[in-house]
Formats: sequence, C-alpha cells, structure tokens
Amino acid sequence: MKIAIPVDDNSMDTSVCISFGRAPYFLLYDTETEENNFLNNSAAASQGGAGIKAAQNIVDSGAEAIITPRCGENAAEVLKVAEIALYKNTNNSIRDNIEALKEGKLNLLDDIHPGFHQHGGS
Amino acid sequence: MKIAVLSGKGGTGKTLVSVNLAAVSPESVYIDCDVEEPNGYLFFKPQDIKNKRVTVKLPQADSKLCNGCRTCVNFCKFNALAYIKNNLIVFNEICHSCGGCLLFCPQKAISEKDREIGMIQRGISGNVRVVTGMLNIGEASGVPVIEKLLQDSRKENKDVFIDCPPGSACMVMESIKDADYCILVAEPTIFGVHNLEMVYELVNLFQKPFGVVLNKCLEGENPAEDYCLQNEIKILNKIPFDLELGTMNSNGQIAVRKHPKYRDLFQNLLQAVRKEARHETASDS
Repeated sequence: MKIAIPVDDNSMDTSVCISFGRAPYFLLYDTETEENNFLNNSAAASQGGAGIKAAQNIVDSGAEAIITPRCGENAAEVLKVAEIALYKNTNNSIRDNIEALKEGKLNLLDDIHPGFHQHGGS
Repeated sequence: MKIAVLSGKGGTGKTLVSVNLAAVSPESVYIDCDVEEPNGYLFFKPQDIKNKRVTVKLPQADSKLCNGCRTCVNFCKFNALAYIKNNLIVFNEICHSCGGCLLFCPQKAISEKDREIGMIQRGISGNVRVVTGMLNIGEASGVPVIEKLLQDSRKENKDVFIDCPPGSACMVMESIKDADYCILVAEPTIFGVHNLEMVYELVNLFQKPFGVVLNKCLEGENPAEDYCLQNEIKILNKIPFDLELGTMNSNGQIAVRKHPKYRDLFQNLLQAVRKEARHETASDS
C-alpha cells in the first residue's frame, strides 16, 4: 500500500508537517517495497485552495492512505470522493508513524476543520 | 457626480454622512454598498420596493463530453476544481466565476449555471432613490453584488452617494472605482488616525480626489485633525459630538429631515464637496 505524509523536508529524517495543504513536501511511501519518494507540493504557494490542489496531487500519485495531523474540509471532500483513508499521526517521527500504521495502531482522522483560508494558521 | 463615503472601520459615521447628504441634495440616489450589513434603508424606510436577485456563474461539466484532460483544473488559479474518478468537482465558495475553465475546455464540456448570492433592493424615499445591496449570509465575497449595484448607476445623471463597506479591502476598492470624489470619515482619537491612514492610502492609490469629515468632534485635542493638518489633507467639515444627533441616528431618523440645524450642517458639507470636486475636475482638465 502506498501512503502519503505531509513533511517538512525531502528526507526520511524530517518530521511530519503540521499543515496538509501547505506542507512543502509529501512523502510517498510504499509499505510493500519500502520505497520512498518525495513529492514537491506545488499547492504550497497557492493563494487559495491549497488543500484542494494538494489533495488532487496526492490522488494522482496513487496513494491509498494519508497520515496527517489535520486536514481541511475541502481537501477532505476530494479525498473522500477518491476513497483515500485519512489517519491521524501519533507523533512527529515519520518512521514511527509508518510502523504504527502497519501495525494498525493509527486512528482515523475524524476532526476535519473548516480550513484556514488565509486567516492565519498553517 | 458620484461621491463615495468611506472609513477605516465600522461605526465612524459613513452612513450618517451619506444618508444625510443624499437627503439634503435636491434629487439624489443613495447606494448602500455595505452589502454584508446594509443599514441605510433603516433610515430612509423606502417605499415601492422592488427586489432583484444577484447571481454568479458556476461551471458544471457534462460527463459525457469531458475526457478528463484537466485543462480546466490546471488553469484554475483559485484551485476551485478537482478531477477525481472521472468526475469534475467544483468548489462553489472558491470559484471566482471568471469563466476561464469554460473558455479553455477543448471538449466544450463545461457550461454555466446560476447561483444566487444576494439581492438588490430598490425603493423611493422622498427626493432619494434608495438602492441597497444585500449579500446572503455565509458568502465569501460581496464584490459581485457591488459590481451590479454600480453598473446600474453608471447612467445616473443625479448625484449618487455611495455608502462603502468599512476598511480598505476588495469590496471598498470596488465601491470607489467609479467615484468622482471620496469623503473619508474620521474619529478624533489615535485609533481614528490609524483608520484614517488606511483609507487615505487607498484613495491615493486610486488617485481619487478626496476630503475628510471629522465626526464626533469634542472640545480639545483632535488627533485626526492634527493628522490632516500635518499631511495637508482638506478638512471638509466637522460634525460635533452631539447627544441629540446621536439619539436621532440611533432611532433611525434622518437628522436633516428633522432639524434645520443639521440641514444647514449637511448643506454646507455638500457645498464644500461640490466645490472641491469641481475644483479637482477643473485642475485635471
């Protein structure tokens, strides 16, 4: 299974980014082959609708699950139509979260927030 | 002549000034562009009311014609579109109704439908035609309602008084775009100076001729007045801090229709505005 995680840098030693739509990169990790790829998040610099564009990019990447601390309404709608599962991270370490997902220890993300829409936050 | 009345924050006296100027003018049009919370009509209590819906265009894709090329998704600068599982998703609140997706679709699969975002109410109150823009609750931007309001006023040969939304953002820019003259209303406090600076920057950016009305003036210090003097800004008139005027205003009464004292005050202000606006046109030509 291919999973996507918003991250602060394009390295396996980086941490989970607190923002979904405006994360600088997405880690694409294949749990079977253990391959990793970093997707440059072209949505990060958008004036608006960053979540929608980021979600579209992730759908296009073929990911089937996402581990993220939070997700806005619009992005969640795109991901729901695409039937991509959203999991909430437990801490900031990428590897820990991947392990936790493999062991079925991550909970589904259920608090979808209304989005920041250029009103502060990240 | 189109006169826009603006200020950096709500409650400074934009509606007081624009309503009374419109009422004191022999024949005029009052346009309430504060579409998020219009209140000018509460003073005028207009008769013969007619309502008109304001709609914006939203794209919709014909799934039989769409081949998923995503030209539209990639074009949309606002990211209002997503293409998921052979379906185009449109985010209504994010769409700016620019029509680009429709224009660029190689398959001609996109058409437009109307979505209501507010309405325009017209009525008459004595010598004043009262036009009010009302934005539906929860809408992201009132700019399309203001556009419609001012489109219709272009043909007007009477005096038009535009009651602007507070602040200096998009909706205010839209409201003053066509104005011949701007009146900035300011309060006599340090906070009032900060608010005045915001709109002062805006009218300069738009290169509009303008003058300041100092509202709620008391004896003693007036930081807004000092600011005007320092920056050589024309002061059109001073409205005193006055319990009687405040009471009338909070009871939804139009001061110039109630009391000759205020009739004189706003008549003088109107004359000052006319003189300034004429002077500006003369020095422009």
